[in-house]
Amino acid sequence: MDLFEYQGKQYFARFDIPVSRGNVAVTVDEAVAAADAAGYPVVVKAQVQVGGRGKAGGIKLANDAAEVRTHAGNILGMDIKGHLVKRVWVENASDIAEEYYASFTLDRGAKKHLLMLSKEGGVEIEEVAAKNPAAILMLHIDPVDGLSAAAAAKAAVDAKIPEKAQAGVADILVKLYRCFVEGDCDLAEINPLILKPTGEVHALDAKVSLDANADFRHPEWEEFKATEELDAREKLAREKGLQYIGLDGTVGIIANGAGLAMSTLDVVNQVGGTAANFLDIGGGANADLMAGALEVINSDKNVKSIFINIFGGITRGEEVAKGIVEALGRVDLRAPIVIRLDGTNAEEGREILKNAGIPESKLTSKPTMLEAAQAAVALAK
Amino acid sequence: MAIFVDQNTKVIVQGLTGGQGKYHGLRNKAYGTQVVAGVTPGKGGTDVEGIPVYNSVAEAVSATGATASFVTVPPKAASAAILEAAAAGITFIVCITEGIPAQDEARTYNTLVRDYPKVRLLGPNCPGIISPGKCNIGITAGEIAELPSATGPNVGIVSRSGTLTYQALYELKQRGIGVSTCVGIGGDPVPGTSFIDCLREFQADPETHAIIMIGEIGGSAEEEAAEFIKANVTKPMSAYIAGVTAPAGKKMGHAGAIVSGGKGTAQGKMDALRAAGVKVGQNPTEAGSLMAEIVAGLK
Repeated sequence: MDLFEYQGKQYFARFDIPVSRGNVAVTVDEAVAAADAAGYPVVVKAQVQVGGRGKAGGIKLANDAAEVRTHAGNILGMDIKGHLVKRVWVENASDIAEEYYASFTLDRGAKKHLLMLSKEGGVEIEEVAAKNPAAILMLHIDPVDGLSAAAAAKAAVDAKIPEKAQAGVADILVKLYRCFVEGDCDLAEINPLILKPTGEVHALDAKVSLDANADFRHPEWEEFKATEELDAREKLAREKGLQYIGLDGTVGIIANGAGLAMSTLDVVNQVGGTAANFLDIGGGANADLMAGALEVINSDKNVKSIFINIFGGITRGEEVAKGIVEALGRVDLRAPIVIRLDGTNAEEGREILKNAGIPESKLTSKPTMLEAAQAAVALAK
Repeated sequence: MAIFVDQNTKVIVQGLTGGQGKYHGLRNKAYGTQVVAGVTPGKGGTDVEGIPVYNSVAEAVSATGATASFVTVPPKAASAAILEAAAAGITFIVCITEGIPAQDEARTYNTLVRDYPKVRLLGPNCPGIISPGKCNIGITAGEIAELPSATGPNVGIVSRSGTLTYQALYELKQRGIGVSTCVGIGGDPVPGTSFIDCLREFQADPETHAIIMIGEIGGSAEEEAAEFIKANVTKPMSAYIAGVTAPAGKKMGHAGAIVSGGKGTAQGKMDALRAAGVKVGQNPTEAGSLMAEIVAGLK
């Protein structure tokens, strides 16, 4: 789950990382109130999860309430690379002496935490990596040891952070690392991490991505979920506990396991079709989940045929079959189903489907993934 | 021969009294696996269809001499269960649990590396391992695995995706090709066992004559495997990478993009494997057909 900047800053504040005084606003009046509270001058920043906000005119400096009114009015409702601006973050403007970069993530290859620290911040870090890779310090951290204050101080020196900022940067690194680990982040990034003329080091931006698997131990994440931007199909899928990503094609896909779901998309594409979605009903899918999955697919007006591709491990064939039968009784499916069922209890599942008296115009069974894909694509044309 | 597990492997099931643990533990036993005990704190002294249940892994190990464990406990308790098994002397741990936080996985993995270097963890979030006819630990339906033939050639399977592991087994079964061992390493951020770990074992296993590898988009495990194959694997291989047309998933942000250094696309992975001499199929069935050609050439 990716957080908006203002949520990232609120999350940082929980771990004592210094951020600018400010507030979020959804209307012009709220923006002015936020500016009054933060103290002028302020920066009005569009809250969208896409880079290049500044260039698109989504970040403006305002010296008084009238300017806030103008900028907030322009920015709210703006379209930035296809993202509609629904909120602005209004914060006290900071004087900037220097800009740095700091992030923590998991390096899958090394199976360790990775700190990236650079004295060249404020620009896209990919750009720095391409032009001057030596300017980025990459430090692996053993998750068992964690990051000590001494190691953070050494990192600041090794990254050639100017001496006057080293202590402040090291302090923030320790706090950001705590946020990354205890806060269950996939990514915790500050760009730019600024040095003020007065000598303080401060997070001017926040990019935080949370690990959905750690949801159970973070009740405070509830408020972040409320602002997640999902389309109607995705929202329905979420309510039903399904992994769903909406696409533009005509063949609705239901598969168990992310790998098989991806592979199903590939095969549909290879035989000349287009997928309407990615939907993984997961391991242990039961009748309820299957019925829910069919409801979600049925809510997509573009769907002309539905390809159910199940290979049972934890998922049991008879449960899948019961789900389909139940769903057909519960919802009036607009599109015909093509199913390929194999693996655990597949025989029982096929038997249930055969004996349910479903007409062939609504459901056909195919023995292989490829044949089922061909049939589903033909029906969608 | 097989890799990691065979007919002599004694297995305990952590979470045998739970729904999934009971279902799959009993199926593994019915397949012929030596499932010798279950572990559920507070339920010691009971049994599940004749399999004795103990309160701790240590008790189960001292009573049965088990060396392998099948961890089927929920995400909150899985890391502790893995470390308990390692501390009790278990050397091969299969964890099928889905949904363990990445931070927990990273800590558990690195704790094993440091404190229990002889322990191998398979998973989490993996389908498990099957050496057909000998041992099945996990959630694979045993009947879809073709038995290895005494004269060969037999194929080893290693896969990052659960259901595609079954698909690979099924493709070989359709063609009557024997399987030495099939390992599902799982698709989580910090898998205990990597492609390379399995490739090294398959290369050394006299009963394995060829290898199928199933990968997917994201990360750089397939590219690293390709480098290893080029330098170390002489047995013929076919492969499939899922996700050629997959939607761009959740972006990891800038830091993540740099870590993978432009790696991670299906095309990049396929190119890397081809450059290492692996025959790459466009779908699982094609990877199966390519393997059938390889096997025909070995006979």
